[in-house]
Amino acid sequence: MILAAGQTAIEAKGVTKQFGTGQDAVKALDNVSVSIRENEFFTLLGPSGCGKTTLLRLIAGFDFPNEGEILLYGENIAPLPPYKRPVNTVFQSYALFPHMTVAQNIGFGLEMLGKPRAEIDKRVSQMLQLVRMEELANRRTSQISGGQQQRVALARALAPAPKVLLLDEPLSALDYKLRKDMQIELKRLQNETGITFIFVTHDQEEALTMSDRIAVMSRGKILQIGSPRDIYDRPSVRFVANFIGETNFLEGDVLAVEGASATVKLAGGGTIVAGLPEGLKPHGRVTVVVRPEHADLVKPGGEADLWGKLENIVYFGTDTHYYVKLDGGEAFIIRQQNSHGAGSGHAVGNPVGVALEANSAQVVRD
Amino acid sequence: MGVAQQAADRAERDQIRKRWLLSSPALIIIFFAAIGPLAVVVLYSFMVKGDYGDVKYWQFSLDGWFNVVAERDMFDDTLGLAWANISIFWRSLKLSFITTIITLFFGFPTAYFIATRKPDKRDLWLFLITIPFWTNILIRTFAMQEVIRNEGIINSALMGLGLVDQPVQIMFTDWAILFGMVYVYLPLMVLPLYASLEKLDFRLVEAGYDLYANRFQVLWRVIIPLVKPGIVAGCILVFIPSLGAYVIPRVLGGGKNMMLGNLIDLQFGQGRNWPLGSALSITLMIIVTLALLVYVRNTAKGGGNGHV
Amino acid sequence: MSKGFSITSMPGFSLIALACFAVLYLPVATLVFYAFNAGQSVAMWEGFSLRWFESAWQNTAVQEATIRSAVIAVVAATIATVTATMAAIATTRTAPYRGLTFKYAFINQPLMVPEIVTAVALLIVFSRIKIWTGYSGLGYIIAAHTAFCIPFAYMPIRARLEGMDLTLERAAADLYAPPWAAFKRVTLPILWPGILAGFMLAFVISLDDVVITEFVKSAGQETLPTYMLGQLKRSVTPEINAISTVFLGISILLVTMFFFISRKKA
Repeated sequence: MILAAGQTAIEAKGVTKQFGTGQDAVKALDNVSVSIRENEFFTLLGPSGCGKTTLLRLIAGFDFPNEGEILLYGENIAPLPPYKRPVNTVFQSYALFPHMTVAQNIGFGLEMLGKPRAEIDKRVSQMLQLVRMEELANRRTSQISGGQQQRVALARALAPAPKVLLLDEPLSALDYKLRKDMQIELKRLQNETGITFIFVTHDQEEALTMSDRIAVMSRGKILQIGSPRDIYDRPSVRFVANFIGETNFLEGDVLAVEGASATVKLAGGGTIVAGLPEGLKPHGRVTVVVRPEHADLVKPGGEADLWGKLENIVYFGTDTHYYVKLDGGEAFIIRQQNSHGAGSGHAVGNPVGVALEANSAQVVRD
Repeated sequence: MGVAQQAADRAERDQIRKRWLLSSPALIIIFFAAIGPLAVVVLYSFMVKGDYGDVKYWQFSLDGWFNVVAERDMFDDTLGLAWANISIFWRSLKLSFITTIITLFFGFPTAYFIATRKPDKRDLWLFLITIPFWTNILIRTFAMQEVIRNEGIINSALMGLGLVDQPVQIMFTDWAILFGMVYVYLPLMVLPLYASLEKLDFRLVEAGYDLYANRFQVLWRVIIPLVKPGIVAGCILVFIPSLGAYVIPRVLGGGKNMMLGNLIDLQFGQGRNWPLGSALSITLMIIVTLALLVYVRNTAKGGGNGHV
Repeated sequence: MSKGFSITSMPGFSLIALACFAVLYLPVATLVFYAFNAGQSVAMWEGFSLRWFESAWQNTAVQEATIRSAVIAVVAATIATVTATMAAIATTRTAPYRGLTFKYAFINQPLMVPEIVTAVALLIVFSRIKIWTGYSGLGYIIAAHTAFCIPFAYMPIRARLEGMDLTLERAAADLYAPPWAAFKRVTLPILWPGILAGFMLAFVISLDDVVITEFVKSAGQETLPTYMLGQLKRSVTPEINAISTVFLGISILLVTMFFFISRKKA
């Protein structure tokens, strides 16, 4: 994970946010540090209550941290009120001003900055073009659809050309098809405008498809930061492996460690080489994760790392899931695309072997 | 303490200060022109009455309180109960209580009726019940006077139908006050009852019927317990003003059927006994506060679950 | 064919309800009816006439009282609405903080004390101030009215404020609006119907007040209600019906406007 060229747009250093006092104090953020580069599509991903929205609010200025600093291009903005920060937010509920038209909403930020009327009008029509809503300029915001409101909220936040755009689960209220469309749209906008996007979501699929980098959070802490591929293929913590996609967890004992990989003897049988998260030098018992698509079924008599019985076959349209109960008692899922013709020749109830793809396993911290 | 924590604290202190600043004008006005003076009343109740009204500064006495229920005979200095005052207390409590019961009895079906209209019609009925509520009490009292006078509607009807030979004297009796109070305070009972009934989850009523209850049982065992907060609120909202009624007994009761409000008025007018008037006012306040405490205890106890 | 079982109907309730509505309106209707009576009596109809409206219109005492009532109501309602708006902003849409329940009870206090008690209290205090300062203008009445109008203005404003999403003000701040601009451009326009409704309520309450005004006023300072109260003791002519009718008309007008404003969602 090398920091590419480009400045650090937003940096949080040791940020802690606590609600309540004494016994009942709840740490929404616990000593969180993260660096977000400019022109990056950065996602904060985690279940509800993990602190991602709190962190966003601290960056926007709606709340103040108890400890730590929040730097915008090196300057500490933590004591500044929101209207003094060149950072704009797209709210989950859109928060469009109901008593103003679409055009007035979009121009609001520029009005507050005291820009001349001509400049505001020009910028507003630019924004309307950008989100493709020119004909709706003079409609009341209560008269347009949810998807359209979303785009107005976006245009309104982009109009003042902020250094950083914060998006608080903006797509959660949209239905599936619209959400997919908007995901592509947002990615396009980020590329075109070059503004740093900080995106908050609990939808891991969304995070994987849109982000340059993801920070996975849980209970006020950041567990892992990396590109979507890194997070998916090389989760460093059990929680991350579990939260993103489907995973198989296997127990094993470390036999040897060389650099970034370890030789692990699986409890169920075979010996494999697994990747290591940065900084971890394990010994003894470890947990290893393998993604379902990186394993294959093996007929009895063949070579496999694990053995068990095929319990269930579930057809999913694009692929098929095979549920294996390993001899040790654990469950193992194998995923195969349905492009290889009918079935794999295995029947429910038969003994099967599981072969793990080379270099696909990863040791995780617990 | 870190810089961050200081900033957070400062922001919170600013918030608190801003809130006090914003609410202070309202609080100040109410303090000086509503609540503060009440303290002065308490003070006056313990002072010596002046010769032409007001009080003698700074002479204190318990006579004000004493005269609430007792009196000293002018001639032979014996102590006796102030029967006139006591009968006025009794009349006030009696009439207020009866008014509350009657308005509850008639107000409940009315509120129920409005709450069970179709939603678009409901506004119309609400509007119709709100108009009397905002009509000047004098107009309503005067209107009631027109109804119960000897030449009024009731007597004209009675005589016209040949049921009586002479007009029935209703004005200047306790009945007149009762009619007036029920008439004036009925909307005050209906509105909180409506507020409660509107939130009633009728699926619970359905469940009652499903479980073999008849209409009366559903009313008594399901509906009424669920709207208890509204009932209590309505009763309080009627009882308190009735107890302190002034206009209605003055206009409809004449000079003889005084209620507590008129008795207090007397002390500040011809009676020239400001300490007594103050003591009577505080007594009224105490009774009202007790009634309010009953209300607070009732709503705090979580009566009325089953609201949607 | 039977109508089927209605779970909401209760026997006799509709009848009682409609009877109540009739009983509520009938006496007032009669009152209005006799305002147009050509004769002197308030009971015997002698033909249609507008004479009582004319005589009321020309009655200088009525004119003075009406103007005085209007002035007091406008001033009291305005001050009450402004201060109630500020208080509502300070006490709504926040997490409970120390002193909140106290403030809330304090503001609503005038609703919990019987009018006669407040009237007496103000009589005592104001008469003392009168002696000290010699001032005996409308100020006392206006102050008294403002105080009990505040809770009435407060309620609709608070109701409207609670229905407003705090996120809107946050969005405004996010878009570079300092607190005063956010209030002026976002909060106020959306809150406005509530403020208007509060003003109307306060206005009607002030206009209608009898007891407190009666005790607090100085000699000669009649308001319309106190004038009417005085009239009711003497021989009653339909002039009082005429005054009542006009008064009633104004109240109905205001309540209707109040209803329209409250029902409208921005």
